[in-house]
Amino acid sequence: MVEGMQIQVNGERRGCRVGSTVGDLLRELEINTERVAVELNLEILDRKDFDQRGLKEGDRVEILSFIGGGGPREGDGEMEACIYAR
Amino acid sequence: MHDDRLVIAGREFKSRLWVGTGKYKDFAETKKAIEVSGADVVTVAVRRVNITDRSKENLLDYLDPKKYIILPNTAGCYTVEDAVRYARLARAAGVSDLVKLEVIGDEKTLFPDTAGLIEAAKILIKEGFIVLPYTNDDPIVAKKLVDIGCPAVMPLAAPIGSGLGIRNPYNLKIIMETVKVPIIVDAGVGTASDAALAMEYGADAVLMNTAIAGAQDPIAMAEAMKYAVHAGRLAYKAGRIPRKLYATASSPIEGML
Repeated sequence: MVEGMQIQVNGERRGCRVGSTVGDLLRELEINTERVAVELNLEILDRKDFDQRGLKEGDRVEILSFIGGGGPREGDGEMEACIYAR
Repeated sequence: MHDDRLVIAGREFKSRLWVGTGKYKDFAETKKAIEVSGADVVTVAVRRVNITDRSKENLLDYLDPKKYIILPNTAGCYTVEDAVRYARLARAAGVSDLVKLEVIGDEKTLFPDTAGLIEAAKILIKEGFIVLPYTNDDPIVAKKLVDIGCPAVMPLAAPIGSGLGIRNPYNLKIIMETVKVPIIVDAGVGTASDAALAMEYGADAVLMNTAIAGAQDPIAMAEAMKYAVHAGRLAYKAGRIPRKLYATASSPIEGML
């Protein structure tokens, strides 16, 4: 991982090359963009903008996708913990 | 029953059994149970991608979005703000404008916060979402949801995952008579007869998760639910006989010795 600046991805701090875009981050994480939603500092991004949106120090990125679910208790609970904390 | 298709907001649904995808042992079991159930609508939740372990499989690798209508929910959302945020994320993740809207009011009962539900539905409908609201068995709330533009309502039979069956059939009946949109009974089904009853009362569809996923044999229960929903629908359409206190002989008296 190339250090340069610090960002937060899904609640975890990580280093990121200066000048990289959301698209670069997704490729680095090997995430197929087909069925993901990306939030950059609470703004939901359009998929076609992933390669245009640059990242800067302290940015908070959330990458979400679909998981099995029916009712509110299901899921991995991570995001729920986040909701309660806010 | 090809002439008996469910249509919501111009979309045609083949199956009147809708199923959730949570709580299964693994994706293979999820896939098999859904196949056996014959459901063409499956609900999914929106959650963070695991970025540390990319080897984890994705649910949608098992459920072909061309074969199933993927219905994202806002499960786990306790505020209008969160429900709206999750609905927008679900749409951004790229399936459709459909959302099963949940605004949960209380952790213990998981009953809907109906005031929050109406507020969130208004916001999302304005943004072009097709909002299918998970609501209480309250006819007044159901009417309000329809009035603001929900093309169907999803009243609960009993608390989510409780398996208690239909706790208030009379309220469900009143909802069915009050609103002129499809009613999908959502949550609380415990076994096949509960699903059949919901359909016999006149529900347009039934959505369940735990009743199948939590059964001793989920695949067998998925099959039972398929027949229950089908039988209940047929019985509803056939029109049951009225209940009477006393007997009416089936065999004629004439010709007796």
